[in-house]
Amino acid sequence: MFFERLIEMKTSYLANKFIPVSTIVILIGLFWYLVAVPMNSDKVSRQFKNLTASEHILKCWSLKKPKLPTPHQIINEMVNTTFFKKISSKRSLVYHGWITLQATLAGFFLGTLLGILLALGIVHNKAMDLSVMPWVIASQTIPILAIAPMIIVVMNSVGVTGLLPKAIISMYLSFFPVVVGMVKGLRSPDQIQLDQMKTWSASSREILWYLRFPSSLPFLFASLKVGVAASLVGAIVGELPSGAIAGLGARMLAGTYYGQTIMIWSALFAAAFLAALLVFTIDFLQKITLKRMAIIR
Amino acid sequence: MNTFLILFFIIWLGGWWINIKISNHKDANLPRFIVPSLFGIVILLMWELAVIGLQINPILLPAPSAIALKFSRSLDILWIDFVQTLVKGALSGYILGCGAAFLTAIAIDKFNFLKRGLLPLGNFISALPIVGMAPIFVMWFGFDWQSKCAIVVVMVYFPMLVNSVQGLELVDPSRQDLMRTYSASYTQTLIKLRLPSALPFIFNGLKICSTLALIGAIVAEFFGSPIKGMGFRISSEVGRFALDMVWAEIFVAAIAGCLFYGLIALIEKRTTFWHPSQQK
Amino acid sequence: MISVSDVNLTFETNDGPVNALKNVSMEVNEGDFVSFIGPSGCGKTTLLRVIAALETPTEGRVTVNNMTPDEARKARQYGYVFQAAGLYPWRTVSGNIKLPLEIMGYSTSEKEDRTRKVIDLVELNGFEKKFPWQLSGGMQQRASIARALAFDANILLMDEPFGALDEIVRDRLNGELLNLWARTRKTICFVTHSIPEAVFLSTKIVVMSPRPGRITDIIESTLPKKRDLNIRDSREFIKIAQRVREGLKAGQSEDVF
Repeated sequence: MFFERLIEMKTSYLANKFIPVSTIVILIGLFWYLVAVPMNSDKVSRQFKNLTASEHILKCWSLKKPKLPTPHQIINEMVNTTFFKKISSKRSLVYHGWITLQATLAGFFLGTLLGILLALGIVHNKAMDLSVMPWVIASQTIPILAIAPMIIVVMNSVGVTGLLPKAIISMYLSFFPVVVGMVKGLRSPDQIQLDQMKTWSASSREILWYLRFPSSLPFLFASLKVGVAASLVGAIVGELPSGAIAGLGARMLAGTYYGQTIMIWSALFAAAFLAALLVFTIDFLQKITLKRMAIIR
Repeated sequence: MNTFLILFFIIWLGGWWINIKISNHKDANLPRFIVPSLFGIVILLMWELAVIGLQINPILLPAPSAIALKFSRSLDILWIDFVQTLVKGALSGYILGCGAAFLTAIAIDKFNFLKRGLLPLGNFISALPIVGMAPIFVMWFGFDWQSKCAIVVVMVYFPMLVNSVQGLELVDPSRQDLMRTYSASYTQTLIKLRLPSALPFIFNGLKICSTLALIGAIVAEFFGSPIKGMGFRISSEVGRFALDMVWAEIFVAAIAGCLFYGLIALIEKRTTFWHPSQQK
Repeated sequence: MISVSDVNLTFETNDGPVNALKNVSMEVNEGDFVSFIGPSGCGKTTLLRVIAALETPTEGRVTVNNMTPDEARKARQYGYVFQAAGLYPWRTVSGNIKLPLEIMGYSTSEKEDRTRKVIDLVELNGFEKKFPWQLSGGMQQRASIARALAFDANILLMDEPFGALDEIVRDRLNGELLNLWARTRKTICFVTHSIPEAVFLSTKIVVMSPRPGRITDIIESTLPKKRDLNIRDSREFIKIAQRVREGLKAGQSEDVF
């Protein structure tokens, strides 16, 4: 009985998600190789003469500095710079990824903390709700990332360098989804539940602990996923201004300077991998927590 | 303790006190506008006083008055940058990207397999740092606005696609059945039922994308641009420590962002007034 | 026990003031089972909320156990059962029942004792570890009643607790509620819009009318305290039901003119 259900679940997962998603991924991959031919064709014709058509196509897929590198070239580069370089080496992707990850996590942590505190204030204080909330929303329409290089340069000139300036940008980007989600979540209990608490003459701290906080968890997790992704973007953009030498963003910039397209793409893929890792980790925590709390079945 | 700092605290506490008073006012509509504006004014005043009182180096943090002065004196440059980055780069990319995503959503709507494959993938790609592709697009499409347009297209495409597909999917089954009893055609059902009921989602996508478009266009200029544009101006003025100009650019971006967002929200309010989220 | 005298309550709305309660006076004695009946908008729920200190009257005096409603609320003098069971989806049945006890600071052993006792009382044995969404609507409402009984309140305020249930389940729960009332000797105020339910349960029926919300009749039931469902076919029952219907009609006819 149990195994039957397990198999049933697996097959429905396969049919509903895995097969369609992987089909589309494969299609995108094929399309990629197809597009790489015309994009790199000019360069091949300039570098090599008298190639047969099939040789020409193969060359398009294996240029050293192609306009569009193929997936296998990128993966090759990633494997090379991940496993065959010392972790402490400046050429190691793990080294650069770790630098970016640190800033991301620090900023994400600070942003989440700030977001939750602001949300608590907004929910419990009417003046704060009326005055802060519109500005929090307005701040979303401002491209905060545009200030990123300024924050970095200014803080560097005061002597604050390294992780902190990047973390602050990450914090700025990740606090917003947390505030919005948390305010929504803390307000999600309906009037009946709040009245019920009132009939027990519960204090507002008890209402927070027993009712508002547990009800807000699904909202919090959804925001955390958005927040952590934003945090990573913040950290990467924070590494863009000249002067930064480490991190995935710096690696992209270096790749641009030297025309090393494969390097840019491998940094991009590494960033995508990091984002996936972070989002899936939170997704996993969310599933465990909500299952424990029996909010999802 | 100098007088500016004392004033700083007086304004802080005073503003806070007045806001609490107004918040508790009986008429609920009055505070909605006054309180946030007062909050903004108080913040600006506190910023100004703190810069003067603590004698903060204008290289680090210019006073609002200095920024306002710079803003009024360099309207011509700001306008050129605005057109270059926001109109040519961001807006064109926004329209192309959102339009393409919307059309894709309608096109794949009939194919369940495609939807099931694209939805999780689109959700995942939306979480990726696509901004990082900016240098590649600058290589492909050159320094001018075309590369900015391209990065914006890629950035807005997936969030818009996911929202549109979800919107088209979430139609009340009983209303769908009703359309069937009228033996309405696919197009009729689409226009009369599914598009209208997808509108809240579509607007949600448009709102998210408006922010992304601004970010994409500005950040892409950090990787190369002609000698105009907001991203170019920000990075070059930061290099010269002329932060008042940087703040003026940020101010332009903020105003443009707010106005654009407000415009979308207004259209949303006009077209989806029937949705519970619009009723208070 | 509960005394309401000359209570007026006006809500300010966007369409102008609404007179939710007008010159409402009534008494509830210890051990009474009082039903408030009337069409929607007659203020029966509002009156219950005034007694529970969830609304404050614009004018008039209300006492609960010789205290103001707010004092009674703070002294945890009543349990309140809402129309929707309002159980917490992330807590089990016994977790839900323990919730008010946790807030009121009972000791762990006391919590266990009381939970077991009220679960017995509403006959939910064997379902303690289940989550609310694993129960039927009737069982959820029983758990909600158990939650209101768990602490030492001698008044039970119920706002259309069975309104969302089908009639068959409702009949059974009505019978169980009467048993419970007889065993616990609580004072119960019960809001309903069903005439048979009101007549079957109550020792006193308060008939109310809308616009403005007011009392049109107060009927002291002549039915014996111990009753079962068969009583609904008795002449006595039909007579009281008729009087309730007339009270409701009287409120309507005034409305027309």
